[in-house]
Amino acid sequence: MVCSLRTSPRIFFILFACALWSGMPSRLSGQSASPKPVTAPVTRDAGLAAWQQVYSVLTHPRCINCHTASNYPEQGDDRHRHLFNVVRGPGGKGVPGLNCATCHQGANADRAGVPGAYDWHLAPLSMKWQDPEDKILSGAQVCQSLTDRTKNHNFDGPAILKHHQDEPLVLWAFQPGRRRDGSARSSPPLTHDEFVKATRDWVEAGTPCPQNP
Amino acid sequence: METYKLTVNGQPKQVTVDPDTPLLWVLREDLKMTGTKYGCGIAACGACTVHLGGIATRSCVVPVSLVRGRTIVTIEGIGEDHVGRAVQNAWVAEDVVQCGYCQSGQIMSAVALLKSTPKPTDTNIEDSMGGNICRCGTYVRIREAIKAASLQLK
Repeated sequence: MVCSLRTSPRIFFILFACALWSGMPSRLSGQSASPKPVTAPVTRDAGLAAWQQVYSVLTHPRCINCHTASNYPEQGDDRHRHLFNVVRGPGGKGVPGLNCATCHQGANADRAGVPGAYDWHLAPLSMKWQDPEDKILSGAQVCQSLTDRTKNHNFDGPAILKHHQDEPLVLWAFQPGRRRDGSARSSPPLTHDEFVKATRDWVEAGTPCPQNP
Repeated sequence: METYKLTVNGQPKQVTVDPDTPLLWVLREDLKMTGTKYGCGIAACGACTVHLGGIATRSCVVPVSLVRGRTIVTIEGIGEDHVGRAVQNAWVAEDVVQCGYCQSGQIMSAVALLKSTPKPTDTNIEDSMGGNICRCGTYVRIREAIKAASLQLK
């Protein structure tokens, strides 16, 4: 903006206009927004506490049943081997004739009790959160895998946060539909909003991992 | 009730049904295509298998509202495909069928296997056909028929 003082008869008006403009809220004047409110950085301890919340979700059956170390997915809150001899297959989507999509469609089929979401598949073996005997790995072990960019599709902290915010299969875990008997399938211990907030806090703390295995 | 336009065995079809209606019931009750069988209704036996968008799919658990423009091929149309024809020929040659109730689903899964894996191993066959149950126990002949069809696909 140009506020000229070239001619005296106009000085008062121009000064007044400049003063008025500079006094406008920035969102009206088109200038950059005022600084964000200052928030305290997330400490390592707070980040570790947030990780424990994240871990409580990752190890819930709705999530960990497809983060196996084996050649098959799991089902149910008791995490039993998937029925019908379903196997992982080369791309984590089953095998021809018995793909994940043979039963799992793009949304829950509650009448039949079959869960569904876009692109249903197993997590890669590099993202296994169980050992080969189906025992859940510790928080330190899962954290190390999740933050190892050689194992996690080269995801940095913000990419992990985005995955937790937007990935259809993550979202499904919080709206997992109904079983065949009509009862609601259990969902993780946090709401999706709480899960995203915990992930954000953990990421902002620098994705700290617990020390003990 | 909603109206859905479907493509079944290359033919356009239109049905007006509840969105939750399983594809199997649309095929059998509305389109009168009874080659696809009702076995368990919970995707546990494979008798209702059709190809949906080229993927072997349990039609008893797919609401018609989730078909979403994907092409449907049933046992009535699979013989139009050269792999399907080879499998049907092999099924006859090997005399696979006993009671026959599960066999349309068995054939649909076998075709899906051979389309992506023309020379399947025993493990390929076991992994791909493991979700198709046969109470007559024709599994040995099913395996032989798949291998015979594979030879026809040279």
